[in-house]
Amino acid sequence: MAFASWTKSIGFAALVLVTAPLALAQTPPAPPVTAPTPSTQVAPATDAPAADAAPADAAASALDSSYTPMAPTAGKGMPVDKGIDFQKQYSELGEYAHWLDTSVLLPIIVAISLLVLALLFWVVFRYRAAANPNPSRVTHNTTIEVIWTLVPVLILVGVAVPSIDLLAKQYKPAPASAVTVKVTGYQWYWGYTYPDNGDFEVVSNMLTEEDAIKSGEPFQLAVDNRMVVPAGEPIRIITTASDVIHSFSVPSLWFKMDAVPGRSNEKMLIIKEPGVYYGQCSELCGARHGFMPIAVEALPRAKFDAWVRSQGGTVKGDEVAAAAPAAVPAAATTTPAAEGAAAAAAAPAAAQ
Amino acid sequence: MTTIAANPADLHDHDHAHDDHKPAFFQRWFMSTNHKDIGTLYLIFAIFAGIIGGAISGLMRMELAEPGVQYLQGWATMMQGSEATLDQAYHMWNVLITAHGLIMVFFMVMPAMVGGFGNWFVPIMIGAPDMAFPRMNNISFWLLVPAFALLLGSTFVPGGSGLGAGTGWTVYAPLSTSGSVGPAVDLAILSLHLAGASSILGAINFITTIFNMRAPGMTLNKMPLFVWSMLVTAFLLLLSLPVLAAAITMLLTDRNFGSAFFNAAGGGDPVLYQHLFWFFGHPEVYIMILPGFGMISHIIATFSKKPVFGYLGMAYAMVAIGVVGFVVWAHHMFTVGLSVNMKMYFTAATMVIAVPTGIKIFSWIATMWGGSLTFKTPMIWALGFIFMFTVGGVTGVVLANGGVDDNMHDTYYVVAHFHYVLSLGAVFSIFAGFYYWFPKMSGRHYSELLGHLHFWVFFVGVNILFFPMHFLGRQGMPRRYPDYPEAFAYWNEIASLGYAIMAAGMLIFFINIAYALVAGRRAEGNYWGEGATTLEWTLSSPPPFHQFETLPVIK
Repeated sequence: MAFASWTKSIGFAALVLVTAPLALAQTPPAPPVTAPTPSTQVAPATDAPAADAAPADAAASALDSSYTPMAPTAGKGMPVDKGIDFQKQYSELGEYAHWLDTSVLLPIIVAISLLVLALLFWVVFRYRAAANPNPSRVTHNTTIEVIWTLVPVLILVGVAVPSIDLLAKQYKPAPASAVTVKVTGYQWYWGYTYPDNGDFEVVSNMLTEEDAIKSGEPFQLAVDNRMVVPAGEPIRIITTASDVIHSFSVPSLWFKMDAVPGRSNEKMLIIKEPGVYYGQCSELCGARHGFMPIAVEALPRAKFDAWVRSQGGTVKGDEVAAAAPAAVPAAATTTPAAEGAAAAAAAPAAAQ
Repeated sequence: MTTIAANPADLHDHDHAHDDHKPAFFQRWFMSTNHKDIGTLYLIFAIFAGIIGGAISGLMRMELAEPGVQYLQGWATMMQGSEATLDQAYHMWNVLITAHGLIMVFFMVMPAMVGGFGNWFVPIMIGAPDMAFPRMNNISFWLLVPAFALLLGSTFVPGGSGLGAGTGWTVYAPLSTSGSVGPAVDLAILSLHLAGASSILGAINFITTIFNMRAPGMTLNKMPLFVWSMLVTAFLLLLSLPVLAAAITMLLTDRNFGSAFFNAAGGGDPVLYQHLFWFFGHPEVYIMILPGFGMISHIIATFSKKPVFGYLGMAYAMVAIGVVGFVVWAHHMFTVGLSVNMKMYFTAATMVIAVPTGIKIFSWIATMWGGSLTFKTPMIWALGFIFMFTVGGVTGVVLANGGVDDNMHDTYYVVAHFHYVLSLGAVFSIFAGFYYWFPKMSGRHYSELLGHLHFWVFFVGVNILFFPMHFLGRQGMPRRYPDYPEAFAYWNEIASLGYAIMAAGMLIFFINIAYALVAGRRAEGNYWGEGATTLEWTLSSPPPFHQFETLPVIK
């Protein structure tokens, strides 16, 4: 794995040491007294975790590299039988957009359709030849023409206000601290790379019908390896593709972005709560276009970190503890009950 | 210019006396320079293509009726003559959706509206003896035949994972370039080239005819609305089709000659293709509906016994739709990664189109207001059109909102939307026009009873077919899927049931046409009575082989 090399790079390790406690503590970058300068050669393992900001439980969870795929909740993050509405939304912007449709657009379009239908029924009834044998010759009425031009304009302006506001919010960039997931579309599966966590890639293929039934998931939505992300915090999703255009789409998160070869599209996503959210490729990409589903699993931060470690990735902060025992023999990593945070974090490195 | 006042009866006799010598069969139908005969050829062609395109949608609804892949593998095996793999079966699905889209757009709706009704009635309505370039008119039609043959032929040659072009009617790169190995996509592209050339020639012909061959006294502002609609349509064709031609030519060179217009690795951009395609593609959807607007205006006025309400507003609304239609294309690309400003602009611009469209809807209702309505077959199709087009139009306003579209893009909601405006909009207007003018064109009446029955069965069928697609799309079912999760099964089954009802309606249509041609009552010149005021009603049914050798004068 790529990061095996940096365990040897003291300079880089030191840099991580400086930034990691800061990121963990989410404090402004006021230099903590204990932070070593990058040029410090002394392994500061004892100092860095001592930074008050690193909470004790975070250190404890850093041990954890266990992951069991979450069982999906029926009807959550997936289509429901005979459903006619949007899927329930699990992101704030999704709720906003859903509100815009259900509370603004839908009532307006139903009202307009019913108005037209009612007018049609009325003229058909009132002005049928039997009821009105002598047609009028009226062909102009400036007032009514101005009204039916201006009223739609006003309605559209009214719609445009929240619509443009929604767009502006959707384009808000993710903060620098957001977890980055690079989503790559392939014919015909998805790859999820975590550049901030050791740059490992998760390859995600559709489960066969038997396997989907076995794991209790909906067939054609279930995948072998999900895209796992932390819940409740910003995620930076970058989409691209390696062959033809695909589209990364998760209806219950109101998220859809094309994966275009040679381009990187970026968008922020915040998933409100843990859960499994399914989606399907939404741009025609060849024969198995219909068979490269998407499954996003949002986990609490600690469990996400554990998942990252289970994939051989790194979690910011782990290095702090890892730095000192980096030289510890690989044998140590086989001890599940390793007391120091270092052991677990060093495991992937040692595995190299 | 001759200024002999036209007494319709005189014209009629005059024409019959001297000019009704029709050429022999081969010369008449294969070397035709007569706008009415070419119009008839176009209509026959459109019906033929419509049967194929409609049958393909039947295959699609059959496969989608329940979850799982039931038929595709068998069909693919039949097509290639050897046991098909699953991938070949899935590719077959993509070939079906591609063929359905291309056939319905380029070989059914456009030939029927522009080539068929346009050729038949634009010269007559402006009081001209024929189109400006009769031989070019003939080429326009006969280019369509090899175009269609190329498209159908492409399904028998390799196109990537299986036989045929499986790129969707949009032919997006790089699926259509590096993603589709084999000659199928090349054949499909050449088919589009020919169909495009045919339409460009037709557009030139219409523009020239309308600008130069109007009868004395027929100023632009007195022109019937159908002619206005054809004029706007012709300009849209003339300005948009060359862009399509350029885009698909670049596809060809990317595919065969190593260029990299749409290949990021060579400095190109796949998204550029989408911009070019939709710069054509969006005007194209107005090309498919504007002639329908024109026909509906005539039909509503005729059966209300009232002139159309707000004539100038109606004409300029079509011009406005045509103009604005050129600057909204990227709403088809909302998820491709546009900048926020682009997305805001295209959201706002797209919504603007609702205004002239609304003017048209309300003007049609105002035309009926105070009228004396009779409900002959064309009129009920026109009434159905107004409501169905409204439903399709308002879902378009929903989709115009870029932020909302993020969820609906490329789902069945979009499929529902464009089938409401096209399959229930454009096609309803084609049927309305067909029933309105069929006795004029053929000289024979169809059965009113069968015409009404056709409408009601078709109306119920297409609504059961397409309305549930709104639900599927809101639930998140993506387009262009041969199979789907169990949760989508219910509405898909209902939709397939709707197809069967719609198909039964079409059967009634064909029975009606056969009945009319064999045993239909002979039609007089103006069989709709006082409400029908345009020049075609001053002629016999069918009109003489050459009309208006003496030009009519419009007061």
